Amino acid sequence: MAFNRRDFLKISAGAAGAATLGGLSGCATPGARAKAKVVVVGGGFGGATCARYIKIWDPGIDVTVIEMNDKFVSCPFSNTVLGGISDMEDITHGYDGLKKDGVRLVKDEVVGIDAAKRVVKCKSGATFNYDRLVLSGGIELRPELIPGFDAAAQQTVMHAWKAGPQTATLRKQLEAMPNGGVFVISIPGMPYRCPPGPYERISMVANYFKQKKPKSKVIALDTNSDIVSKKGLFMAAWDKHYKGMIEYRPSSKPVRIDAKTRTVVLDVEDVKADVLNVIPPMRAHAMTAAAGVRNDNDNWCKVNFTTLESTAVPYVHVIGDSISAPTPKSGSMANNYGKICAAAIVELINGRQPDASPVITNTCFSATTGHTAIHVAAVWRLEGDKWVTPKGASGVSKEESEMEWAYMTGWAKNIWADTLNL
Amino acid sequence: MKQTIVLALLAAGTLGMVSAQAADVRVMAANCAYCHGPDGKSQGPIPSLAGLDKGYFIQQMKDFKSGERPSVVMQKHALGYTEEECRKLAEWFAAVK
Repeated sequence: MAFNRRDFLKISAGAAGAATLGGLSGCATPGARAKAKVVVVGGGFGGATCARYIKIWDPGIDVTVIEMNDKFVSCPFSNTVLGGISDMEDITHGYDGLKKDGVRLVKDEVVGIDAAKRVVKCKSGATFNYDRLVLSGGIELRPELIPGFDAAAQQTVMHAWKAGPQTATLRKQLEAMPNGGVFVISIPGMPYRCPPGPYERISMVANYFKQKKPKSKVIALDTNSDIVSKKGLFMAAWDKHYKGMIEYRPSSKPVRIDAKTRTVVLDVEDVKADVLNVIPPMRAHAMTAAAGVRNDNDNWCKVNFTTLESTAVPYVHVIGDSISAPTPKSGSMANNYGKICAAAIVELINGRQPDASPVITNTCFSATTGHTAIHVAAVWRLEGDKWVTPKGASGVSKEESEMEWAYMTGWAKNIWADTLNL
Repeated sequence: MKQTIVLALLAAGTLGMVSAQAADVRVMAANCAYCHGPDGKSQGPIPSLAGLDKGYFIQQMKDFKSGERPSVVMQKHALGYTEEECRKLAEWFAAVK
C-alpha cells in the first residue's frame, strides 16, 4: 500500500496551509494534532472493513472496534449450513487479522451514546471518546410485531437471520424432522437484510430434503406480493430441482404465530409446520436510535452518501444494513460502504474534501443447489444525492451454473479476507 | 493569479479543502476486493487483478463491455465505469506488487 500512502502525502503537503481552515474535529495544525480517534461499533462486513481501511489509508488515526461477539459469523453461506453443505466452522472467523492491522478490538456492548459530548458508553462501564463514530450494528429484529412471537416462542421458533447459534439450532431442528415433515418459512416485507436470502434458504432446505427426506415439503409464506429478488432464476431452479416440493404463497403476512403447535395464522387459514422459521420485520440496530440517527420513520438511518455521515447528528456515520438507501442490504454493499466511509473519514480528519461522486458496486450470489448458484450485480454512481446505475450496469445471471457456485465460494473467501484481514 | 487560485478552490468546493482525486482510484479499486481479493490478490477461483499488465486490463474491460469477452458477472461491472476510470484502475492494479 506504499503507493497510496505516497500519493496521499503529496496531497497532504499541498493542503497543509489550508488544513486548519477545515474546522473539523480532530484536525488542528498538521504535525501538532493529537491522534484523531475513530470508534466503530460492530465488527461485521461494514464495521470491520471500515476500521481496517481507515488504518490502511491513514495509520496515524486511532481506530477502536467495539464488538459484542468473540467471533465473526457470516450470514452469507449460512443457508448452506442449514442445507447441510457447510458447517458452522466454515462460516466462523476470528478477529486477529484486524488486530494485525493496528485496530484495537474491544469485546463489549454499547449501552449509550452521547452525541453532544461524543462519548460511547459500554455495558462494562467503559467509555470511549470519539472524533468520528461509525455505527455498523446491522439490524434489530422485531418479533414483538408478530403476536405470539414472545420470549418463550423465541426459544423454539428460530429466525436465523443473524448467523450464529440460531443457525445451528435451526439446522438441528431440520435434522431431527421426520421424512414427510413440513418446513414453513415466514418472509418479512421489504426492506429487509439480504433480499434473495429467504429464497436461497428455501432452495437449500429443499435440496437437503430431496437428498435425505424426499417426502418432505417446504411452504413459503411471503409477506411480499411476489419473490423480491432473482425471481425468474429461483422459480426455474425450483421447477427443475424441487418440483412439487415447494409451495410458494405470496401476500401471506402472519397475523400471529402459535409456537406450541408451530402454526402460522394467516388471514385466510392456519399453516402448521414441523419446523417453523419466522423471520420477523426488522429495522436499524437499537443503538442507532440511542444515537438519534434512526431518522427515517424510526426504521432506518438517513445518511449523506459521500461520507455516510448521518443527516441528523454530526460526527456519527452509519453503514451497512442500517442505512436508508435504494441499494440492497447485502454483505458486499456493507463491505464497500465501509470503504467509502473510511476514505471520507480519512479525508475529513486530514482537512480534505471527500470524493463528491463515489462509485459503489454490489455482487450477490445465491445457491440454488449444492453445486449451482446465481447472482445479481450492479454498479451505482452518486449523482448529486442519488445513486444512479449506468445503462447495462446491472442484472442477474442468464441461468444457474456450476461456475457461479465456484465464483460464490471465491467471493466468500475474498470478502472474508477483505473484511477481516484473513 | 491569486484570484484564479481562490476561484479554483471555490469551484472545487469548500474553501480550504482539496478534493480527493487520489482517493477516487483507491476506493474504486477497493470496490473490486470482495470478489478479486484485497489489493486484487484473490484466494479462490476468481482471477487476481494484482500486477496485471495495464494494456491487458484496459482491453479486457473494453471486451467485457462489448461482450467480445463473454462473462458471467463482469459485463455489468465494466459498463459501470468510464474509459478514464478503467485506465486509472489498470494503472492502479498494475502497480500492486
